[in-house]
Amino acid sequence: MDISRRRILVLLPAAAVAWKFVLAGTPEASPNYQLTEHWWAMLIDIPKCIGCGSCVRACASENDVPDGYFRTWIERYHIPDWHIERPDVESPDGGKLGFPPKQQEGKNFFVPKLCNHCEDSPCTQVCPVGATFVSPDGVVLVDKNYCLGCRYCVQACPYGCRFINPKTNTAEKCSLCYHRITKGLTTACCEVCPTGARQLADLKNPKDPIHEFLRTHTVQVLKPHMATGAKVFYNGMDGSVR
Amino acid sequence: MLIALVVFIALRAAVVPRSFGQYGHYRGSAIAEIAARPIAYAGHQVCEGCHTDVVDQKKLGRHINVPCEACHGAQAKHADDPASVKPPKLDTAILCARCHEANSAKPKNFPQVVTADHSGGIACDTCHTPHKPKIETATEAKK
Repeated sequence: MDISRRRILVLLPAAAVAWKFVLAGTPEASPNYQLTEHWWAMLIDIPKCIGCGSCVRACASENDVPDGYFRTWIERYHIPDWHIERPDVESPDGGKLGFPPKQQEGKNFFVPKLCNHCEDSPCTQVCPVGATFVSPDGVVLVDKNYCLGCRYCVQACPYGCRFINPKTNTAEKCSLCYHRITKGLTTACCEVCPTGARQLADLKNPKDPIHEFLRTHTVQVLKPHMATGAKVFYNGMDGSVR
Repeated sequence: MLIALVVFIALRAAVVPRSFGQYGHYRGSAIAEIAARPIAYAGHQVCEGCHTDVVDQKKLGRHINVPCEACHGAQAKHADDPASVKPPKLDTAILCARCHEANSAKPKNFPQVVTADHSGGIACDTCHTPHKPKIETATEAKK
């Protein structure tokens, strides 16, 4: 192939840009995605959750989660009238196949749980090798090629969101479907939620409806006293939820 | 001492990944590796691109906002190759109950039935059309 001097002048800057990714080891998967333009979070509207388990099944299918382990799960809360501090919580098979029919007096509701993608996450702070980290766009990720499987992070997570994958023997958790959100899609759990109880939110996007929602609703995070900077916001959450 | 230092620097350069420290105390290239994984759920926008008849039918009923893959499961492979990858046939007796089986933890305004009393376990699509589930009376159907 004939390469003129003019063509070389055009190609050199492109090669210089590409070289950064060559050094990094893997080419950029989503070239139009800018890490610094996003700050991902999730909104969970508890009064809308019907406990159907679609999110749990979708997560398992999308992320190849082994049976008996969960990146997201649903809990059914039953709060007797006489003791609001001691709720009965059940989650049969993580709520993957929905919940059996049940009628109980008192307060009853479903709470979907997942990694809270904490800004100051305890799990990333204890990793001895830097295999888990908060990405520049606010997602707590695990580098499975670098993880030793030491389990420090599993113990450190105050929300019980991590486990050791029995196939890879490395730590695993919700990645907020990073492979989807960087391609402009929503997470698998949000995609399949039939009632819109789960919504992906980009806190850096001023047009995201999350801002209006946070202004106009009483929204909480799980275990705020832990000061983890959790970014999974719960609307309509009862005080007994832990 | 100098040799030990040189050996240490050489070893460190050999074992520490090139992208380590690019964004922080981790392998920067891990971000692109995680982002490069293939997707399993195509997204309802992709489904709606081809199945416009279903979209029109859903608009007439209360399942208008229920995304396709909530019932049909992951369909990215079907979207990539619709001719050879076909979605599996669904068992509505199980599928519909996951959402509509009565449970006191569900929102009070959400349509719920005790399937054993309501249908006796027969498939829901015997009477209901899943994309437009309300059973119309003869007068409603004429309109």
